[in-house]
Amino acid sequence: MQLFPLIVEGARSSRQGKVLVGPVDLVLDGIGTTVVIGPNGSGKTTLLRLFHGAERLTGGSIQWACSEVEARHETAFVFQRPVMLRRSVIDNIAYPLRIRGIKRRHALEEASHWAEKVGLDDMLDRQATVLSGGEQQKLALARALITKPKLLFLDEPCAALDGRAMQEIETILGQAKANGTALIMTTHDMGQARRLADDIVFLLKGKVHERTAAQAFFETPQTSEARAFLRGDILE
Amino acid sequence: MIDIFDGLTHAFWLVVTLDADLVEISLRSLQVTLTALAISSVIAMPLAALLAVRRFRFRRYVIAVMNAFMGLPPVVVGLIVYVFLSRSGPLGVLGLLFTPTAMVIAQTIIIIPLIASIAHQSLRDLWQEYHDLLISMNVTQTQKIMTLIWDARRALLTAALAGFGRGIGEVGAILIVGGNIDHATRVLTTAIALETGKGEFALALALGFVLIALSIGVNLASHMMSRTEREGRW
Repeated sequence: MQLFPLIVEGARSSRQGKVLVGPVDLVLDGIGTTVVIGPNGSGKTTLLRLFHGAERLTGGSIQWACSEVEARHETAFVFQRPVMLRRSVIDNIAYPLRIRGIKRRHALEEASHWAEKVGLDDMLDRQATVLSGGEQQKLALARALITKPKLLFLDEPCAALDGRAMQEIETILGQAKANGTALIMTTHDMGQARRLADDIVFLLKGKVHERTAAQAFFETPQTSEARAFLRGDILE
Repeated sequence: MIDIFDGLTHAFWLVVTLDADLVEISLRSLQVTLTALAISSVIAMPLAALLAVRRFRFRRYVIAVMNAFMGLPPVVVGLIVYVFLSRSGPLGVLGLLFTPTAMVIAQTIIIIPLIASIAHQSLRDLWQEYHDLLISMNVTQTQKIMTLIWDARRALLTAALAGFGRGIGEVGAILIVGGNIDHATRVLTTAIALETGKGEFALALALGFVLIALSIGVNLASHMMSRTEREGRW
């Protein structure tokens, strides 16, 4: 089943009369990692949620190459603040398989395998809610990747994590990418954007201000706003 | 004070000698309340979860009415059930009046709003926590409800125990629909009311102490079986 291209035409989202995002026009081909950057309040998270279908469009359209239901089945989402089910680590990781009707035994075997991949194999029976921030984010990644999604959305997955935890998360993301999972992520960390991005979408005030290959964006940004953002200036 | 001491002594001997009447009415009390509790839980908990996850037009009013029904006067419930089950009532043909089944029906009606309201509070909070994750995973409505119920099972146990407490101590409704018939519908609370009326305070107190012990026993047993208060476990 073909997921891409993702065609976004005039997509808008507003709440109580205030436009959060849009209109946005984009075509994403799902190759490698697309990183959405921009200052606080520029609409990065809302845009990601619109792509995933977790937020309702108030105008325009977002179309996948397949049906929306199939697309939801082939994508996964990792939140900035990972949501932990009140279950053990292994039950958390196995959850997406269980709701897809996979037998408990097989789901737990697979979950155990993924826990090992992300380095949580020594805490399978521990409550997920007592894990550290970095461990919770790794769990969230394993839980998202266990269904082998074709596309993974990540909303600032390394916010508030230290350097080591960030490195571990980036390693897992690198493996996912190598296994054919496309990534669309937001980040505030320009270092991380430089390390991971193949493609940059620069958002400002809810609109796509610049969209280009990562190397070109960081070396020769086209707009004065993008240059100011990369310099670390405060954008109004 | 002497009455209380007599009551305690009497209760002790009734329990130690396994008094046949005491055993019978205690078991009937448990049977009626636990059956009502099981039926109420099966209805109230999914209802509470549904109210937590589903948005519909009159949701707020349904929740408000449900909360208000927590304070349903048992005597009125008993009276309404009596009217329905009496020979001339719409369900009179079933011949359930003055049977333990009628008592179960009355207790179920009394317990459901209580369990549903307490459960709803917990499930609503949990749903706020889980909302984004479960929506992102595209889970069905039934899966949402099952997930919430499973993950909030400790809080739901508390709701169920509150329901048990209300049921086991209830007297007004079951006295009306059960009739307090010896060897048929007499339970601990109706027996206490009867003995108090007869002036047998020591026996009434003894039954009261047994009732309290039974209630504490069930609460402790359920906590032990569900392993609450154990570190590192949900």
